[in-house]
Amino acid sequence: MRLELVRRPRQSALFSVLSPFIALALTLIAGAIMFAFLGKNPVTALYYFFIEPLLEVWSLHELAVKAAPLILIGVGLSICYLSNNWNIGAEGQFIIGAITGSILPILFPEWQNAFVLPLMLLMGMLGGAAYASIPAFLKARFSTNEILTSLMLVYVAQLFLDWLVRGPWRNPEGFNFPESRNFHADAILPEILPASGRAHWGFAFAIIAAVLLWFVLAKTLKGFEVKVIGQSPRAGRFGGFSRARMIMFAFLVSGALAGLAGISEVSGAIGQLRPTISPGYGFTAIIVAFLGRLNPLGIVAAGLVLALSYLGGEAAQISIGVSDKVARAFQGMLLFFVLACDMLIHYRVRLVRSPVRDATAFEGVEKNA
Amino acid sequence: MNTTLDSGRAPLLQARGLTKHFGAVTACDAIDLTIAPGEIHALLGENGAGKSTFVKMLFGALEPSAGSINWQGKRVEIDNPAAARRLGIGMVFQHFSLFDALTAAENILLSLDTDEPPSSVAERAREVSNAYGLPLDPYAHVGDLSVGERQRIEIVRCLLQDPQLIILDEPTSVLTPQEADRLFETLERLRAEGRSILYISHRLEEVKRICDSATVLRQGKVVGHCDPSKETAASLARLMVGDEVEGARRQPKPVEAGRRPLLHVKNLNRPAAHPFAVTLHDIDLTVHENEILGIAGVAGNGQGELFEAISGEATQDQPSVIQLCGTEAGLLDISKRRRLGAAFVPEERLGHAAAPNLPLSLNLLLSRHQTDGRAYIGSAGFIRNSALARAAARICEAMDVRKGAADPAASSLSGGNLQKFVIGRELDRSPSVLVVNQPTWGVDAGAAARIRNALIALARSGSAVLVISQDLDELFEISDAICVMHHGHLSRPVPIEEATFEKIGLLMGGSDASEPGILEETA
Repeated sequence: MRLELVRRPRQSALFSVLSPFIALALTLIAGAIMFAFLGKNPVTALYYFFIEPLLEVWSLHELAVKAAPLILIGVGLSICYLSNNWNIGAEGQFIIGAITGSILPILFPEWQNAFVLPLMLLMGMLGGAAYASIPAFLKARFSTNEILTSLMLVYVAQLFLDWLVRGPWRNPEGFNFPESRNFHADAILPEILPASGRAHWGFAFAIIAAVLLWFVLAKTLKGFEVKVIGQSPRAGRFGGFSRARMIMFAFLVSGALAGLAGISEVSGAIGQLRPTISPGYGFTAIIVAFLGRLNPLGIVAAGLVLALSYLGGEAAQISIGVSDKVARAFQGMLLFFVLACDMLIHYRVRLVRSPVRDATAFEGVEKNA
Repeated sequence: MNTTLDSGRAPLLQARGLTKHFGAVTACDAIDLTIAPGEIHALLGENGAGKSTFVKMLFGALEPSAGSINWQGKRVEIDNPAAARRLGIGMVFQHFSLFDALTAAENILLSLDTDEPPSSVAERAREVSNAYGLPLDPYAHVGDLSVGERQRIEIVRCLLQDPQLIILDEPTSVLTPQEADRLFETLERLRAEGRSILYISHRLEEVKRICDSATVLRQGKVVGHCDPSKETAASLARLMVGDEVEGARRQPKPVEAGRRPLLHVKNLNRPAAHPFAVTLHDIDLTVHENEILGIAGVAGNGQGELFEAISGEATQDQPSVIQLCGTEAGLLDISKRRRLGAAFVPEERLGHAAAPNLPLSLNLLLSRHQTDGRAYIGSAGFIRNSALARAAARICEAMDVRKGAADPAASSLSGGNLQKFVIGRELDRSPSVLVVNQPTWGVDAGAAARIRNALIALARSGSAVLVISQDLDELFEISDAICVMHHGHLSRPVPIEEATFEKIGLLMGGSDASEPGILEETA
């Protein structure tokens, strides 16, 4: 007896829509089981994890702070994944964007005026795009595997940031802590509603980027090009679309958005460079992109869900005393269930009987003949 | 050799009332069919008549909604293709199920359920292929092989399983007359060995020639059993479609027709892009206005490479190598060549001419976004969906494309209907130059006649048409002159008045060394 995956002749439209919700529900069930094994009451644990963070206004602001980078990176990745470019290195592009965006407030702290912030955002985007162009160029020119190159460049970026804040960019007034200078007031991305909480304009950028890219993908020739090349490269070439140009386009857009997320995070939420500036946003955004079905509007919702898992992890740490690694476990389960649900939309599982029975059937036929 | 049961021999296979519903659609409606041992049984029908659905049920790829199958007198349930193979049923599909990245031998090994080492499978494949006249290199990668060569792998793979019943789905659609003749010899040898063959085809002459009996399907129902040798092609066609099929009619070129060259290829050389590709040598050809030039040749002699070079999917080093409507186009990409008035229809419908998962309206955009940008793309690059949908509907109407939904995904259309669409998509533009590779491969008789007539009409309206085809009947029907491709060389055009099957067939085998193209190369 063995299991076989058989391609379905047609996919159910209903379940394509339901799939992310089913995946969420399965994640909650698996999470409840996990809490039970940890010796916690699953109902209260899930409450602290997923409900409590939604009950306070300041906490909703935190949700937006966490969701902003996830959505920004996620919508960029959706362009990559739809066009069959597997950019796994958004975390690195996020970090490089944060570094290039921080050049002005850290190296030129005296230069303070209204131009600083827009320039920082622009330089962050350019930095992220430039870093993403490395795996893109290698793929377009030498057909290297972009999964490996983009992923490896993440570690390069992380170590480069670590070296910067411990070495040349260390705060001269910082008592030798591995941190950069604090950004001056003109270099801080303002809060949207300063009266009620911390959510900064990065969240607005994320929403704008998502709506914009949704229009591009759904309504324009460029979006059509992305889909054709992703689904059927040869038809794309027949249509006159260049594969190499699409590789560059997808990586540059997603790199720029990851860079924007990086500089927004540093300038909006942190206020300086530190050895670690991301709890893995660049990787979690991959889950966000798929949970959102690679649709920029879906990604907004998915980004909020995964931001909640970060908040819930912190809340659960305090209120029920479990490790914040639980958040990672939830994210992992969610990705697993999303991919599994998608798989089952396209394929059905079939139990294949053991060959013994077939063999006897065959013998019967032979005797008869 | 007779189908009837009173011949005293137990039937090999009997299908009784075999029915398949897809939702509300009944693809096969209570089909009865009996195959005797050692006969070649034809299954005839137009596209969508239910032939493929029926044989998929016999092969265990689809589960019947009702009805039964008896194999050698005993009722059997065929749950999957492996079960069918164990019974002794083998099938060669029209659309091949081969892995591109694997070699021929590895593909064969995959379907064998044995622990044999690949080298011995390769040896057996070589033996069988030689024994049955189907030359095959077991170590070639499938991705690099032509359609015709892939079919040989499928046939050899099927034969290695020593089947009692072999189902062939439109096997000759990719073969030269000589190759088809060899296949018929193979089939006759198999019949002499006592094996049965279920032969799906729409080529009525060939069915008359080799089949012992025939079952004709129309709209999912059996409309007749007959002995094809006692029928005429016309009477078989009448059974299939319900009324007379009109063949393509080539009017002689009008005498006063202009002779302006619209497509001119001069001294085209193209090195092989990968180890199994064909190198193109010194190709010269000219297609004038009002003219259809046919390029014949056995699959895998460089036709695909030539198509890519002319279409601009592969560009040239020198601008003068390709001239379109008087403009040097060698350096231009496919979009720019389209803007000069050229249109292209490649061999593979799904994945090359059309993106399978996208609807027809967007597939229309695929080849027209540069030439008809104004009509389909608004300001700021926005796609005008309603204009696209109207144009797609217009093309479907003009080419009689039958579809289940208003704007279905390309992959949901049958092969013939999608082919009519991708050709109609280009004709709709009234291109000055049309280059089409295998216009009617795997397309039923009605659709093929429609496509051929459309190509003739385009040429008579003043365009230049280049048709690359492995179907000689087709080329003789529509061409004004025929060239032959062999090993990356192109022969001089033979005017249709002087062309005979024998002459072209010899050129296809590469045996005529008096052709200047070949002499120059060896010199």
